[in-house]
Amino acid sequence: MKTGVYICHCGSNIAGTVDVAEVARWAGELENVAVARDYKFMCSSTGQELIEKDIRELGVDRVVVASCSPHMHEPTFRGACERAGVNPYMFEMANIREHCSWVHTDKAEATKKAKALVAAAVGRVTRHQPLMEKRAPVNKNTLIVGGGVAGIQAALEIANAGYHVYLVEREPSLGGHMAQLDKTFPTLDCSACILTPRMFDAGNHPNITLLSYSEVEKVSGYIGNFKATIRKKARYVNEELCTGCGVCTEKCPKQIVDEVFEAGLGYRKAVYRPFPQAVPKYPVIDRENCTFFQKGTCKACQKFCPTGAIDFNQQDTLLEVEIGNIILATGYDLFDARRIPQYGYGHFPNVFTSLEFERMTNAAGPTEGKVVLRDGATTPKTVGIVHCVGSRDQNYNEYCSKVCCMYSLKFAHMVHEKAHAEVYNFYIDMRTPGKGYEEFYHRLMDEGNHFVRGRVAAIAEATRYGEPEGKLIVQVEDTLIGEQRRIPVDMVILSAGLEPRHDAQGVARKFGISCSHEGWFIEKHPKLDPIATMTDGVFIAGCAQGPRDIPETVAQGAAAAARVLSIIDKGEVLVEAATALVNEMSCTGCQQCIPTCPYTAIEYLADKQKAHVVEALCKGCGTCTAACPSKSISLRHFNDGQLLAEMFGAMEAMFELEVA
Amino acid sequence: MKYAYYPGCSLEKNAAAYGESFTAVADVLAQELVEIPDWNCCGATEYFSLDPLPAYALLARNLALVPKGLTDLVAPCSACYLNLYKTEHHMAERPQLNRDVNTALAEANLSYKPGTVHVRHALDILVKDVGCEAIAAHVKQPLRGLRLVPYYGCLVVRPGGLGSYDPEYPDALDRLLEALGATVVDFPLKAACCGGHMPQINPETAYGLIYELIASAASREADAIVTLCPMCQLNLDVYQAQANDHFGTHHSMPVLYFTQMMGLAFGLSPQAMGFGQEFVSAQPLLDKLASPPPPPEEEPKKKPQRSKKALPMPSLR
Repeated sequence: MKTGVYICHCGSNIAGTVDVAEVARWAGELENVAVARDYKFMCSSTGQELIEKDIRELGVDRVVVASCSPHMHEPTFRGACERAGVNPYMFEMANIREHCSWVHTDKAEATKKAKALVAAAVGRVTRHQPLMEKRAPVNKNTLIVGGGVAGIQAALEIANAGYHVYLVEREPSLGGHMAQLDKTFPTLDCSACILTPRMFDAGNHPNITLLSYSEVEKVSGYIGNFKATIRKKARYVNEELCTGCGVCTEKCPKQIVDEVFEAGLGYRKAVYRPFPQAVPKYPVIDRENCTFFQKGTCKACQKFCPTGAIDFNQQDTLLEVEIGNIILATGYDLFDARRIPQYGYGHFPNVFTSLEFERMTNAAGPTEGKVVLRDGATTPKTVGIVHCVGSRDQNYNEYCSKVCCMYSLKFAHMVHEKAHAEVYNFYIDMRTPGKGYEEFYHRLMDEGNHFVRGRVAAIAEATRYGEPEGKLIVQVEDTLIGEQRRIPVDMVILSAGLEPRHDAQGVARKFGISCSHEGWFIEKHPKLDPIATMTDGVFIAGCAQGPRDIPETVAQGAAAAARVLSIIDKGEVLVEAATALVNEMSCTGCQQCIPTCPYTAIEYLADKQKAHVVEALCKGCGTCTAACPSKSISLRHFNDGQLLAEMFGAMEAMFELEVA
Repeated sequence: MKYAYYPGCSLEKNAAAYGESFTAVADVLAQELVEIPDWNCCGATEYFSLDPLPAYALLARNLALVPKGLTDLVAPCSACYLNLYKTEHHMAERPQLNRDVNTALAEANLSYKPGTVHVRHALDILVKDVGCEAIAAHVKQPLRGLRLVPYYGCLVVRPGGLGSYDPEYPDALDRLLEALGATVVDFPLKAACCGGHMPQINPETAYGLIYELIASAASREADAIVTLCPMCQLNLDVYQAQANDHFGTHHSMPVLYFTQMMGLAFGLSPQAMGFGQEFVSAQPLLDKLASPPPPPEEEPKKKPQRSKKALPMPSLR
């Protein structure tokens, strides 16, 4: 046995606190160590070549590198071993940076600690055994959850490359929030005009199976080999017979407020299509509001349907699919402005949220695009737009929602164009970083907007003596002139911020990824890997990860698709080698290990009456190993011998060095 | 439940209606009030700004005089409540203050250990300990048809632990008035300032604030403003005439205490509840209550025609 030990300086990161030359000298005297060196940057190509050279020329067959965290460079050094012909699992890393030099200031003590850490690694590596990573094939299907613009983009990219996609959307139609918008900044293109062609493509692509009005119930498996159960909710409309003519909606007597697509500003029927350009075109019966389902009468839709497509007996169906990769593009929810009672939303009729106003200015919306007050008839003469509602606020959400300044400017423009009203924007900062955004801001300034820099304290009624009747008063500190102002307006638009979907925590758990405490899905690395997650094979795109505008969302959708395509193209994935193994001689079949496994990777073989680890699912967590009462499970690469050798290595060194 | 009762100076004089109605209502609800023997003034808002230590000591004396075994103290006046509450908490949080105050109390052979007494407001004990359902059960004469504005004032809703009311939009008093059968008016200024001591310091500012509250209630066709703080009641009631003169308006909005309304609903006599002591007469309200109930509204044959154009309002859930 010949162990090579390499102590990295990591520039001055380690060498600044640990006497690396001394550690190398000391390590050279340990049992089984054939060579011990120190070098400035072990992860560099010259550093790695040192290892490879010693393997080839000195016959080194086990390697220890004392440097940074295995999270950073374990794959790097394992790669070096492999290139020189040594099994990559005959390698161990001692972390003398994050665990030593970065957390201590006393050089003498840090050096002793580094020595102990090296001794632990040297002890452990003598017990390592060669392991082979298995390869698993990758299923070429992809599951995309969320049919907004991010999901649609990702689906089209993958489908156009020739691979099959399941696109699951829980609303009756594709489109997401973008379908609700009127014009999009800064070019003021009509949102539906640019989105609907994509929606149509996604709905009709030969490689895309569109599962609308559906939700994913269960997911299991691992990258390249997931299984998902999808619930297709009953539409109560037979899609084979429905022509999308819309007679059912016309004849339905039950009208209710549409809280989803019309943001509470308009109405829909109990049998409805969310909007005229919906994909797919089939309507849906809302069971909770349908007179037939609630009281047993009516059935007008069925009576008038020319093709007999209404089927009240339809049931939900469950679909099981096998996929290789998953992209989550579930989008955002708008901040609930009722949480800020000072702004009067819900109390004063003429206070609107941004999504309500989008629906109002939309030509296909409840007012046919006219900007009017809550009475549906009066055109406002002055409008106040309040920025940062629920954002940049420690009482609600500390973050900036990124898009609101731009959409507030867009609203100001729409109000000018449609109502010729006077507009006030109440802002903290004007955040306009994108392409063409600052220019858009200047255009709005030229159009004669009033910009008041100050956070609105309250929206009040005009009740102070002398204030004009019937107006709303915006109470704000104008910080640029240093005075309080009470500005009378007819209408207030609250630029509400973006929040994670309110069920995001549950969704994250279902797919095995993490959420931040607010609910945004967590990316693998905030800068270098924004679309992957810590769970291999599950990717995120769009606002589900954090607030962003449409160009970024589309880019992320495409990026997630590209990553998935590279995995599909490679065709196989490496499966963790450090898995658990049941010793069938001593296993008594008590089955205590099975419920402990978080990955449901253990099965019971009834004929043999023994437990068996399904290696493809095992992640090497060790829970079953600890749980087994007869110690019949061992964890490869983490067996008792290895762990004890590591501990004794450290303890003997500490005793010898008289570490306090 | 049994409470140590701290009326405070105002409940004996300008807010006598509050004191009389509160004790009567507590009796009906079988809540025992044990007045703290030899209690002293809480110092109102002035004393703290003059000299904090004697101010705390003055307040702690009341806490020290709470009879043994009583864990909850109820103070109907919002300022007394706030002062006593602050003293209790600051003595618990600041050991030096605790020592100093107890040194002062020792001179009178008294002592107070922070945590012994929970200081509560009258609204708090009625809504939380008794509960709106129990209160509704005692209602003999529902305040049918009365449009009441719940006005909390600024003191009970201060954030950071004073009661558990939402500081921006509390609803405890709203729920209580609903339990009495009244129509509660949604009032955005429910926690807005009444002017405090501004009538003495800067009357013009005070009149502006008073006017705003009165006019806002009037625009909502309220029959009365119902309050829980003697300062608020005084400002809105006593200075209403002067505010009217200042602006040339003629509002006449009765300002009453919530316990007076409770007493009315429980069937107790208006006079016993202190009606008649207010400056802006509440007689119109009493008349409205006494008048025969309107015939039950007939179910409209057709659903009222919603204006075809009007947009739906968001629900407040």
